[in-house]
Amino acid sequence: MSLAGRAQARPARLPPHVPGRAARTRHKWYEIILLTGPAVIVFTLFVLTPIGFAAYYSLYKWSGYGWPTEFRGLDNYIGPFGAFRDAIFRDALRNNAIILVGSLVIQGPLAIGMALLLNRRFRGRAVFRLLVFVPYVLAEVMIGIMWQLILQPNGTADAILTNLGLGHLITGWLGNLNVVIWTMLLILTWKYTGFALILFLAGLANIPVELTEAAAIDGASWWQIQRHITIPLLGSTIRIWMFLSMIGSLQVFDVIWVASTPAVRSLGASNTMATYMVDHGFNEREWGYGNAVAVILFAISFLAALLFQRFVLRRDIDGAQTQGVT
Amino acid sequence: MAATTALSSASRRRPVTWGTPLTYVLALAVAAISIAPVVYAILGGFRTTGQLAADPAGLPHPWVWGTYASVLKQPTFWHELLNSTIIAVSTTIGVVVLGVCAAYVLARYKFRGREGLYIYFTLGLLFPAAAGILPLYLLLRDLHLADTHLGVIIPQVAFQLPITIVILRPFLAAFPAELEDAAYIDGTGRLGFFWRIVLPLSRAALVTVAVLAFVASWNAFLLPLLVLQNESLHTLPLGVQNFSAEHSQDTAGILAFTSLGMMPALLFFSFAERQIVGGIQGAVKG
Repeated sequence: MSLAGRAQARPARLPPHVPGRAARTRHKWYEIILLTGPAVIVFTLFVLTPIGFAAYYSLYKWSGYGWPTEFRGLDNYIGPFGAFRDAIFRDALRNNAIILVGSLVIQGPLAIGMALLLNRRFRGRAVFRLLVFVPYVLAEVMIGIMWQLILQPNGTADAILTNLGLGHLITGWLGNLNVVIWTMLLILTWKYTGFALILFLAGLANIPVELTEAAAIDGASWWQIQRHITIPLLGSTIRIWMFLSMIGSLQVFDVIWVASTPAVRSLGASNTMATYMVDHGFNEREWGYGNAVAVILFAISFLAALLFQRFVLRRDIDGAQTQGVT
Repeated sequence: MAATTALSSASRRRPVTWGTPLTYVLALAVAAISIAPVVYAILGGFRTTGQLAADPAGLPHPWVWGTYASVLKQPTFWHELLNSTIIAVSTTIGVVVLGVCAAYVLARYKFRGREGLYIYFTLGLLFPAAAGILPLYLLLRDLHLADTHLGVIIPQVAFQLPITIVILRPFLAAFPAELEDAAYIDGTGRLGFFWRIVLPLSRAALVTVAVLAFVASWNAFLLPLLVLQNESLHTLPLGVQNFSAEHSQDTAGILAFTSLGMMPALLFFSFAERQIVGGIQGAVKG
């Protein structure tokens, strides 16, 4: 503010020299290039260029040194040893699908239900909001290790189940190949439901009370109000959350990497596209193959995102932009 | 808008109520589930591995302070804390500086290709950063940035730019044109207006994007995992993973190390909760 005040306190005068129209335009372009240049360069070089290189490398068999020379066409994708022919990679695709669908159908209804019930001002709401958000701010790696210790054989989770008389449910949460992906889904649900809840509570806060009050005066029940007024008005928040959840689910890496062992991963029980990619590309130095997996991960995400934007998000984004500008 | 706000606050007789019992039971249950594992980890650090094995769900008895003390005496822990701080602070500064400059142009300059440039940046939101991580590592290696903090900082700035620009642009576009005209008549150009008026008045929005960048960097794992092979450069998430791999039998030690590793984030969050939550909500609206 003080700086702004000083600028205004100066005597009003014309700019020192009034340049011609062409010079002004040129000057404007200098500013545009000066201000956006660094961001464009960094973004292009470190976010978009790697995708291009991934597509190029994926056509070769390559150990990562020198320039790739052993051209293999699409062998890394669909050849006899290509990703799509590898049962473990297909397991990774299935696991990503389980996490994506599981996150949407568990976290969504859970968070919407909680948000509707908690959508009132109550004492301690600020503290509640703080606590619910804790899992979201902690690093995936740390909560992954924490849960790994809780779920280890004869660990805390097993002891609690035994104390509750549910000992027969105990299984190898992290070792049973049929269970481990669901354990991962449980950890991810714990971590991200609070995020969805906070978003939905914020969305609910934007819905005018008059609408629900008017419906209540007209004799609508609590459930009718939620079903026909609140949830439809929450629609754009729900759709944007779905988009974020979808992109996040496709790139799950950290929790899986630390909470399930490499052996379990390598059998396809808990691996995802991202862990499979790092296991093969980085750890085993199969750079061409790893990059083919990267391209598949990119293509699936990009296609899903574009389709979602085109058919589901379109209205929300238009609306949001006009809101932002006015 | 003011009228409806007044109406709604008037019609709400008691702004803060005790809520229904169901609300409370539910709120308590959700809060308990959210923090129980964290509390368990913190308490577990006060127990011995023997105690943890004998009664996995018990409380510390007696309380053991030595495990935490020994973690705090390790230079590794402090070194990793320092590395995390250097990377997160540098990333945050880079994101805010590059982001606000680009967002300002996208918000207030009229030029051919403006919307195209904006869409170009938003492309970064349509696919996960993990997709390019292998060639990114190779690129960093060829630029001699592998095994340097800069090799983590610069790509993290790049990853964070799209969301930063998406949040800042509508905010910067909302400054009235009259303000800019007035500044111009006073002899201030567009750059002067940006520096002297827009930046000081945008502090709240800048803090929001800064906090988001800081948290993202602080928790990052995949990029540092690939780029930082040298353990002396490792950040806290990598350090926690190293510790749990090297001391796999020492459950109490891992819990203590992990709890201490979570502390900075918890402390930071309790101070910046408003910005984090507000920033995420702003990001979703934009």
